Amino acid sequence: MSKWVAHVHRVSGIALAVFLPLHFWALGNALELDSFLAWTERPLVKLGECAIVLALAAHLGGGLRVLALEFLPWLDWQKSLAAVAAAFTIAVGLAFALAL
Amino acid sequence: MSFRTQTTLWIAQRASAAVLALCVVVHLVTIIYAVRGGLTAAEILERTRGNVAWFAFYSLFVLAVTVHAPIGLRTVFAEWLGWSGKSRDWFLLIFAAALAWMGMRAVVGVFA
Amino acid sequence: MQVSVWRGAEQGAFQTFEVPRHASQTVLDVVTYIQRKLDPTLAYRYACRVGMCGSCAMTVNGVPRWTCRTHIDKVAVNDKLEIAPLRNLPVIRDLVTDMREFFDKWARARGEFHGKTTRQEDFARISPESENRKQVDAGIECIGCGVCYSACDVVSWNPDYLGPAALNRAWTLVKDERDVRTIERLRAVAGDAGCHACHTHMSCTERCPKHLSPTAAIAGLKREIMKATLKGEL
Repeated sequence: MSKWVAHVHRVSGIALAVFLPLHFWALGNALELDSFLAWTERPLVKLGECAIVLALAAHLGGGLRVLALEFLPWLDWQKSLAAVAAAFTIAVGLAFALAL
Repeated sequence: MSFRTQTTLWIAQRASAAVLALCVVVHLVTIIYAVRGGLTAAEILERTRGNVAWFAFYSLFVLAVTVHAPIGLRTVFAEWLGWSGKSRDWFLLIFAAALAWMGMRAVVGVFA
Repeated sequence: MQVSVWRGAEQGAFQTFEVPRHASQTVLDVVTYIQRKLDPTLAYRYACRVGMCGSCAMTVNGVPRWTCRTHIDKVAVNDKLEIAPLRNLPVIRDLVTDMREFFDKWARARGEFHGKTTRQEDFARISPESENRKQVDAGIECIGCGVCYSACDVVSWNPDYLGPAALNRAWTLVKDERDVRTIERLRAVAGDAGCHACHTHMSCTERCPKHLSPTAAIAGLKREIMKATLKGEL
């Protein structure tokens, strides 16, 4: 399971690295923010937003797992960290979806 | 690149990760709270305009991202694209500079 | 049952054999049967056949295992089995791989002990209960079978990566109080080809037949290197 969490961690990182320049660009055009926000109401864009929030949660969950594995003294529960990271991701994704 | 520099990159990656862990939690909570009932520019700007605390927070966020993302991509480029060496490292340095510039432009944009 | 076995070297193909299935049978039993009764030209390695030497490691249904300790019942799905040489190593012929790079990396990781006392002096006194010795004991049983190296994705993606076994051994020496070449060793295992390339997929820990955790050892190396770097010792 660790292998899959690590792969998701990597792919979500790539997605975020691609997304961020766009995110910064949109926010940098603060004067036209409302027209941009109108564009984000489109269903496909909303889906994309959900995906990016999931990616952020997944990357955070996976990242905390890596930090725990590398810096905390080695114990058996560290093997369940993969499951915790996955659960956390889903929880955040759901919270965001419900808030929309 | 010497093993010492590579080690420094690893340390910077983990340190920025720790900073980002805090920033991202705050950011996620803010997003989830803010999107309830729709989102408008006015709502966002009302929070950020002239707010030194948000300015400091997002500046730190941008700085941490500028360190963290390129170092992460460095490994991905080597392992999945077979791209390593000086050209890759220079590309990522330029990418980092671009992120920093665009990021601070956004932070200033919603603060000023 | 139908057993597909890799024949050839890097270029080759799977050849299928029909092998009788018994109640208590290991994958090594199957390979031996094929070589002795069906095709004497099949090349494979084994020695102890009781789970002590690690020579019989192969890829069974995509997973690296000791074939002498893998029961058919555990792996033969629908009476079908696929046996290939260990991944991440050059293939000499059929199921035999060239292990030189595996051991060369062991040497590059400074995986050999260097003490400072001679036979004229008294024994070193190290309590098995000391924290350092517990760390060593947790990883010292490695027999260099290559299963972890085969399981590791980073080894596949990065040909220079020293790999879990070499790094695990380096860690047991770093934690050995009698060894005097710690700084040299930490330098050897730091960087893009060293412990920092580990992404904690934990395939090594999952697959190790001796239940060692190279992931834990590598995490230990990362911490030691960070401490030494921040102190300016490296």
